[in-house]
Amino acid sequence: MKPPKKIINDPKHVVRELLEGVVEASAGRIKPLTSVQALVKTYLPEGKVGLLIGGGSGHEPLFPGFIGDNMADGAACGNIFAAPTPDLILEATRAVHRGKGVLYLYGNYAGDNMNFDIAAEMAAEAGITVRTVRVWDDVASAPPGREEERRGIAGDLFVIKIAGGAAAWHDRLEDVQRVAAKARDQVRTMGVSLAAGSIPETGEPTFELPDDEIEIGMGLHGERGVAREKMLPADPLVDKMMDRILTDLPFNHGDEVALLINDLGSTTMMELLIANRRVHRILRENGIAVHDTVIGSYCTCQEMAGFSITLMRLDDEIRRYYDLPARSLGFVKG
Amino acid sequence: MGRPRLSLPEVREMMIYVSRKMIESKDLLTQADKAVGDGDHGVGMARGFENVLKIVEQKELSSVEQIFMATGLAIMTSVGGAAGAVFGTFFRGASKNLQGAEDLTPAILSRMLQGGLQAVKKLGKASLGDKTMIDALEPAAMESLNQTSADLDEALAAVAEAARRGLEKTKGMVAKIGKAKNLGERSLGYPDPGALSTYLILNFMKEFVASL
Repeated sequence: MKPPKKIINDPKHVVRELLEGVVEASAGRIKPLTSVQALVKTYLPEGKVGLLIGGGSGHEPLFPGFIGDNMADGAACGNIFAAPTPDLILEATRAVHRGKGVLYLYGNYAGDNMNFDIAAEMAAEAGITVRTVRVWDDVASAPPGREEERRGIAGDLFVIKIAGGAAAWHDRLEDVQRVAAKARDQVRTMGVSLAAGSIPETGEPTFELPDDEIEIGMGLHGERGVAREKMLPADPLVDKMMDRILTDLPFNHGDEVALLINDLGSTTMMELLIANRRVHRILRENGIAVHDTVIGSYCTCQEMAGFSITLMRLDDEIRRYYDLPARSLGFVKG
Repeated sequence: MGRPRLSLPEVREMMIYVSRKMIESKDLLTQADKAVGDGDHGVGMARGFENVLKIVEQKELSSVEQIFMATGLAIMTSVGGAAGAVFGTFFRGASKNLQGAEDLTPAILSRMLQGGLQAVKKLGKASLGDKTMIDALEPAAMESLNQTSADLDEALAAVAEAARRGLEKTKGMVAKIGKAKNLGERSLGYPDPGALSTYLILNFMKEFVASL
């Protein structure tokens, strides 16, 4: 297979250059750290609980695109699809610490878990208290009751939004951690993959999928999902995905949710809207109220084709943080 | 034959040899990782050991502990992903409890492997049979306990052989942790790339001592 066309320079510089792009777009609100692949907010008031997010690069706007007002304070960015190193995370931790400790919020992958855990230990030795919340929203990656084995995917956005609000509001790290973990536990996502993205350094696809097949529940990096099937029309496909999501938490009659229809990289807004129409119909039929709908590219894997559906159940507390205005490159809320 | 110990300059030479050989193993590790992972293990380990080479060659290191600690930090800060955390932690763990040793003896080797094993298990929460580097490291660390009164070349030969047998066993395992977990049964028949790296590191140590 021919490597796909990509608008890049030296493939070795993609992460550095994309981060430079984020900084340029921020009009001075975000700055790079000098020696490592991390970005932080330029202005961080003393006494604020820090919120540090991060993970492998190549999923933009996740993670650096979610630094901003009432969002994350900084992002530690690894190489393409690889967790950031502990020294990098530690330096970002120092940069966002304002005397009240730092919450680490990231997707539940072995590499991220280990590197952030080592960094947390180093931070403790440096006198900075760190707490951790891992996002595990992907219902396809492990059965109910084994949520801690699940991967973190597009649900990252909602948990970052809630944690960002909580970190702006509360002045105790424990409270921010509690709210973020509570939001995390109310989020469920299901994705479908139509075609692979490619690795910028090599041009190679991240997985193989026959032209006429799709994989329901496939992970961001091509991790195995729950079913490989022939291509389906939008409605039956959405029905299958929603059935899994609704029964997992489960979401019940009378619940209120925030909804995210996320493009994995190269699925059009037209397709997302067609899926969204079906999702709303299913929610209405199940007596589930939609507080807000977000549609677009938030958690991607290069030019991967496909999309995911995320629901977050709201209560009064989570809704309050959800409704706070937010400004970042990748997510804006008025 | 019959070398009871390595002096501090020899330990440094050994790590330089191991680094060079690990860098040369890039393609082998890439191929192994492509079968069950995302194919970045070879590039990552090569990057890590290039950094080890630079630091071990240039930095003043005055004990075995310092050499392994510097090796661990060099890997941890340059590889990234799971491999950087695991192998960085292995060498950092291996450097603990060496009490300023200036020689590498079979007893120190055993303490190193025990310390490295404990640190990696604590971090990654993997057990024997999960198809990880533990499947090569744990048998090697166990074997080292039987070798504390042997000569160092014999001890390393036995330890590397135990790691090799552990590596072979990973072919019959289904991955339960890390990215390969997602392959499920499809990971059968392939060795674990981390176990392969573990065996290679120990085997290159053995080669170096045997060449003296």
